Amino acid sequence: MNTEQELKQFQERIDNGEKIEPKDAMPERYRKQLIRMMSQHAHSEIVGMLPEGNWITRAPSLKRKMVLLAKVQDEAGHGLYLYSATETLGARRQDLVEDYLYGSAKYSSIFNYPTLTYADICVIGWLVDGAAIVNQTMLAKSSYGPYARANLRICKEESFHKKQGYEMLAKMASGTPEQQKMAQDAVNRWWWPTLMMFGPHDSDSPNSAELIRWGVKTKTNDELRVHFVDRMVMEAEAIGITLPDPDLRYNEETGHWDFGLIPWDEFWSVVKGDGPMNRERIRARRHAYEEGAWVREAATEYARKQRLRAEKAS
Amino acid sequence: MSSNDSTEWPLWEVFYQPKNGKPFEHAGSLHAPDAEMALLNARDTYARRNEGIAIWVVPSDQITASTPEDAGPFFDPANEKPYRHPQFYSVPRAVKKRS
Ligand SMILES: [Fe+2]
Ligand SMILES: [Fe+2]
Repeated sequence: MNTEQELKQFQERIDNGEKIEPKDAMPERYRKQLIRMMSQHAHSEIVGMLPEGNWITRAPSLKRKMVLLAKVQDEAGHGLYLYSATETLGARRQDLVEDYLYGSAKYSSIFNYPTLTYADICVIGWLVDGAAIVNQTMLAKSSYGPYARANLRICKEESFHKKQGYEMLAKMASGTPEQQKMAQDAVNRWWWPTLMMFGPHDSDSPNSAELIRWGVKTKTNDELRVHFVDRMVMEAEAIGITLPDPDLRYNEETGHWDFGLIPWDEFWSVVKGDGPMNRERIRARRHAYEEGAWVREAATEYARKQRLRAEKAS
Repeated sequence: MSSNDSTEWPLWEVFYQPKNGKPFEHAGSLHAPDAEMALLNARDTYARRNEGIAIWVVPSDQITASTPEDAGPFFDPANEKPYRHPQFYSVPRAVKKRS
């Protein structure tokens, strides 16, 4: 499907708000862009378990431990919904996974920052899951049916992620002076990397226009970021947290909050692999994949033997 | 240590019944070595919050689906049978008002 006529028909379907389903005709580039974007999203959910997993054994109470376990398990689920949605495009799961473990596939840079204290866990829930909600709410309307449905399922779970983080952060922010300091310090470290989660400015994001034209995304990176900042300014104020940006100012004209310059140099260096935790993350993921190989093989072998036994008995 | 041989578990489609009395819905798919594991994985992946009260798992390669290219002719006959719909029939006015 690549003739002028077919591309036009496809664009018409998109413009009419129709959903594209796995077996439908689609431009090769649409398929490729979706595989790239959806698998990156899936990898991010999986890597995203690591920074928080780091604190499961040291949660401050049994309640917080159960909450964190449930949240991290959800993130595994998100990764699985997204991998299975990507497979509907004809990609093989194993190839997708190996392309990021041993190849060049990317995942969200936010997970290349370390979690230094438990306040980081609060802030990840509030800011990182908060940003993920903004992004995924948009993606739940994506033109590709399986991707939209996977995001819808994800969105239903994310509000718990954000709320548990925000609740904990509010508690810390009104706690002892030490706790307040921890909370503020974590916000200071995560604020800018979270703003980068929405991706480069529209002017520096060559993929963005195409993805919007195809209805994969319906809003630009900058639109999503502004929406997020507006909300977070309000939520920060409500719990006595200061956002680390002296240039934050309400703009009467636009009705939005203006913010300072995002440190893009840092963003690109993390994307290229030089963030504080890039190497550690990939090492941990490879370790899990390789150490788990025998389990996968054993289960396959067990299933084969069971099948043989059943055949013999019948 | 990249492996290119297919050691991947087979793919299964997952359906669940959201509530008693409701029809089954497609949830998504997953990989599992056998039916028993597919059921357990389906519960952990797609029903962590009681989204379903019953689950079906079906090997993906066992599903036969209509194709989008044939969708037109395939469903066409239905268009020619308006008499299958209640709007096709007229009813005395007096009765109409009461419904
Ligand atoms: Fe997630
Ligand atoms: Fe989340």
